[in-house]
Amino acid sequence: MPWRLLRFALSDKHPEPRMFTRHDQLKPAYDVVIIGGGGHGLAAAYYLARDHGITNVCVLEKGYLGGGNTGRNTTIIRSNYLTPEGVKFYDESVRLWQDLSTDFDLNLFYSNRGHFTLAHTDAALRTSRWRAEVNKHFGIESEVVGPEVVKKAAPMIDLSCGGHAPILGALYHAPGAVARHDAVAWGYGRGADMRGVEIHQRTEVLGIDVAGGKVTGVQTNRGRIATNKVLCAVAGSTPRLLDMVGIRSPITIHPLQAMVSEPVKPWLDPILVSGSLHVYISQSARGELIMGASLDPYEVQSTRSTLDFPEGLSAHMLDMFPFLSNVKVMRQWAGMADMTPDFAPIMGRTPVEGFYLDGGWGTWGFKATPVCGKTMSYTVANDRNHELITGFTLDRFRNFELTGEKGAASVGH
Amino acid sequence: MKIMTCPVNGPRAISEFSYGGEIRTMPDPATCSDDAWADYIFNRNGSPGVKCEWWCHTPSNTWFVAERDTARDVILRTYLYTVAS
Repeated sequence: MPWRLLRFALSDKHPEPRMFTRHDQLKPAYDVVIIGGGGHGLAAAYYLARDHGITNVCVLEKGYLGGGNTGRNTTIIRSNYLTPEGVKFYDESVRLWQDLSTDFDLNLFYSNRGHFTLAHTDAALRTSRWRAEVNKHFGIESEVVGPEVVKKAAPMIDLSCGGHAPILGALYHAPGAVARHDAVAWGYGRGADMRGVEIHQRTEVLGIDVAGGKVTGVQTNRGRIATNKVLCAVAGSTPRLLDMVGIRSPITIHPLQAMVSEPVKPWLDPILVSGSLHVYISQSARGELIMGASLDPYEVQSTRSTLDFPEGLSAHMLDMFPFLSNVKVMRQWAGMADMTPDFAPIMGRTPVEGFYLDGGWGTWGFKATPVCGKTMSYTVANDRNHELITGFTLDRFRNFELTGEKGAASVGH
Repeated sequence: MKIMTCPVNGPRAISEFSYGGEIRTMPDPATCSDDAWADYIFNRNGSPGVKCEWWCHTPSNTWFVAERDTARDVILRTYLYTVAS
């Protein structure tokens, strides 16, 4: 047993500092209240404290840190989106990701793998070319490659996919990466905590006080807090929060399910995605295969799992990798995804003064964590939408100016 | 939620059904304002609760109404749509 561990066991006090400071009581007032202690909320708190000098901030979390979609996604990071708004935004995020471990002094296990979006039809290949051209225009590494490149990167693949969906080519995105998702929440949380931000777990928001079109406070299960600024970063619960301030939105909640296999020897380096087969797969550092598919087809506000999901996903997985037939599924889970009609998020200021929204993150929120924190902290600090998020505001629906991000994850196109 | 009762064909596996969204009333496009029209086509009631929804039994193409609790994913009632008189 390592000496450090033994010392830990024998000591009455914790010899190691805790990751976060525990605050027994809420203060009566804060400059900014952030609802949601996931990656997005904690990143916003971190950048508010670090870049804008606003430290009288509290983060309210109903459950535990990173227990929502931050800890439920399949950890893929990429920027090969389809719209110019999306590409610029996610590219900034990928750049922030690359220095994050140093920034936090915490290993995020950021692992650059390369990302293939497989095309099984002419239509999919055409979309791939379109995406590659948009990406290259903005200086992002993205290109259409033939099936032989896919075979070389993943030799175990059956290029005919069981004979019914042969792979014609793929969109290859070299910067595609995976990272350890819990560590992202902890890193941002610890960084914010060290700079004076208070993190309150198991604190549920019951209501938001609005007077004369302005936010005045937040009601929680541990009492009322006075504040003029509230940032809502609660994936899967956004409509409930919006009801509290009387804002209507197009967001509906659909579960997105995922599963992992038992750990096996490393055999898959890149991340593979197939829109036609509704599959995405990567292998974690522990050897587990992390697999996801498409959204559940109807609205549900719970994180229940279904048996249809592993059944359907496994069938498609075996089309691609027949040799996996003896590998067991270890666990499955679901997250609640905020879906929008144009597959782009809803961010920025809202009709209620002092109420800022970071929602509609559907199936594509994890990769955007750093840039969301950065742009939302700017928006909250200056009461002005950051230039990278002007295409994502709530009033785009009222003005019939949708963004149309068909490069989002688990979207058939 | 694994089995749904079609008002015409009885209990069937959920995979035979497709979801058509919550029942909403369309404002008159000729007379309503742009805001009211945008609200109708985009905005939804995304909070959990018991909702009246359109569902279709795909093999028989039967559209009907289901009352469903979207927080628990439980179907409470299904029936054919009738125009209120």
